[in-house]
Amino acid sequence: MNALPTIGPLRSDLQLISDMITPDSRVLDVGCGDGALLAFLAQEKNVDARGIELSQEGVNACVSLGLSVIQGDADTDLADYPTDAFDYVVLGQTLQATRSPKDVLETLVRIGRYAVVSFVNFGHWRTRLSLMLNGRVPVPAGNQFGWHDSPDIHLCTVLDFVDLSEELGLKIDKGLSLDRNDRVRQIKTGSHMANLRGEQAIFLLHRE
Amino acid sequence: MTDSTVTHSPMDHGELPGHQVELGADAPLRLDSGAVLGPYTIAYQTYGTLNADKSNAILVCHALTGDQYPAEAHPVTGKDGWWDLMIGAGKVIDTDQFFVICTNVLGGCMGTSGPSSIDPSTGKPYGLDFPVITIGDMVRAQAMLIDHLGINKLFCVIGGSMGAMQVLEWASKYGDRLYAAVPIAGAPRHSAQNIAFHEVGRQAIMADPDWCQGNYIPEGKRPRRGLAVARMEAHITYLSEPALHRKFGRRLQEREKVTYGFDADFEVESYLRHQGSTFVERFDANSYLYITRAMDYFDLAAEHNGVLADAFRDTQVRFCVVSFSSDWLYPTIESRAVVHALNAVAANVSFLEVQTDKGHDAFLLDEPVLHETLSGFIDGAIRHSGLSL
Repeated sequence: MNALPTIGPLRSDLQLISDMITPDSRVLDVGCGDGALLAFLAQEKNVDARGIELSQEGVNACVSLGLSVIQGDADTDLADYPTDAFDYVVLGQTLQATRSPKDVLETLVRIGRYAVVSFVNFGHWRTRLSLMLNGRVPVPAGNQFGWHDSPDIHLCTVLDFVDLSEELGLKIDKGLSLDRNDRVRQIKTGSHMANLRGEQAIFLLHRE
Repeated sequence: MTDSTVTHSPMDHGELPGHQVELGADAPLRLDSGAVLGPYTIAYQTYGTLNADKSNAILVCHALTGDQYPAEAHPVTGKDGWWDLMIGAGKVIDTDQFFVICTNVLGGCMGTSGPSSIDPSTGKPYGLDFPVITIGDMVRAQAMLIDHLGINKLFCVIGGSMGAMQVLEWASKYGDRLYAAVPIAGAPRHSAQNIAFHEVGRQAIMADPDWCQGNYIPEGKRPRRGLAVARMEAHITYLSEPALHRKFGRRLQEREKVTYGFDADFEVESYLRHQGSTFVERFDANSYLYITRAMDYFDLAAEHNGVLADAFRDTQVRFCVVSFSSDWLYPTIESRAVVHALNAVAANVSFLEVQTDKGHDAFLLDEPVLHETLSGFIDGAIRHSGLSL
C-alpha cells in the first residue's frame, strides 16, 4: 500500500513543461489539478514536488498520492513564499483564471528562479476566424463554459504575454507552441506566425 | 521513576486501564508561569507495538475534554473511543503498523497530574493550588514521557482542536523530534471569541455554590450544574447552525405542543441537558478551568514577536493541515494562517479544507475526505521518511 501508484503518459503540454525542468530541483505547481505533473516529476525526475490547487477533489487526490499540496489559489496564496523558494514555479493553464495576472507573474518569478507558464492562445487563427464568422465570443476547444460563466477572465494571446513579460523586465528563455495535433514549434519573440498557429503556448522565463 | 497501572484516580473512577508513570522527581517541570512542578504523574495509553529501532511511534493529542482512550471503550462511560474511526487495525492510523501513544494532558482528570490530584506536600487535592499550565507545559510533559519511553523521534504527532495546538507546539519546540505533524481543526492562537466562550464556561462553574472556591473535593461536593452549563455552552460551538437544524430543527421533545413553561420543550434543549449531565460524570470542574485557561494563553506567534513563521523557521517537519468549512470555533482562516507561515519558511506542507456542515466536531466524525487525505499523507510520509514497517 506504500508504493507510488503507476504514472501513465503525460498530456502533451505537461510533457513539454516537464522537459523544461531539470532533475532534483524544487518545483511548485500552481493549479496542479489532480497532481499528474507533480507525480510524474517526483517519480521520474526526483524533484521536491509541491502544489497549490483550488478544488477539494484535486487536493484530496494529490495528498492521497503522497504529494505536498495546499488548497489555495494563485492570487492569494503565493505571496508568503520567500524569494527563490523554488527552482521552478509552474502555472499551467491557470494564468487566464487569475484576478491579477500581472501580479501573479511577478510573484512567480520572485518565488521561483524560473517560471513555466502555459496558456491557451487566444490569438490562434481558429479563434480569430470563429469571432469573425460567428460574431460570438470564441470558446476554446474543450472548454465547457460560456462567456458568462467561464472562470477564464483574463484570456490573452502569445503577443500579449510577450508584451507583459517585457513590461515586467522578464527574460524569456524558451517559448513553445502546441497545436491540436501535438505539433510543437519554437516561438520567436514578436513572431506573428506563432500567434496564429499555436493553440497553446508554453514559456520558460526568469527575472533579470 | 516508577511505572504502574493506574490505581488511583482523583475522580474516583476506580482502576483505569493503561499506564501511569511518575516523572520529574529528579528534574521537575519548569512551567511557563515560572512555577515548578515535580514529581508529576502522566497517565497514558498505547496501542500497537513499538518496533526495534523505536521509529514507528505516533503521538495522538486529545482535545479539551478528551483523554487517553481514543481507541477503546471509555472506562467510565463505556462509549466508543473518541477516535475509534481513525485509530485501529487497518484504519488511518494503523495499529498493525504503528505504536500509538496518547497521554492525558497535564491538568487533566484521568490520571495525569491536575487540580484534583493529591498535592504531595499537603496530602490533599491541589484545587486552585495547582499551578496554571499552558499548552507548552502539556507538550513539555509529553516530551518527558517520550524520553522515558526511550523514543528519540516520533514518526508523527497528530490531533484535533486543542490537540492541534499541541501538534503545532511540538513542531515549533521539538522540530527535530518528529517527522510529520498533522494539526486538524486548530489555530495558532486563541481568538477573542474563543477566550470569550471559555470565560462564559468558567463563570458558570465558579457561579455554582458547590464549586466552593475550588475546594469542592474536601467539602464533599461537586459543581455539577455549573460544569454542565459550561459543557452545554461549549457544545454549541462544536456544531454548526445547519448541523443543529438538521439534527433537531424545532422538533418538540416527547410532546405534541409547547408547555408554556421552562421544561425542555425542544429536542435541542433536551439534547444539551443530556450532554451536560453525562459530561459531569467523567470530567472535573477544576480541570475544565485549567485546560480552558491553557488554551486561552496559547499564542504561538507571540513568542516570536508576532511573526508566526519564525515559530517554524528551518523546520524539516512534514505538515498536513486540515480545516472544516463549517467550523466557526477554529475557522479555516486560522489554519490558513499556519499554512502561510509554513509557506514563508518554505516548509513541506499539505493543506485541505474539508467541505462539510458538521462544524468543529467534524474531526471526530465519519468524514471520508478527511480519512482519505490523512491515509494518503501518512503513506507519503512513510515513503519519504524511508520508514520500514
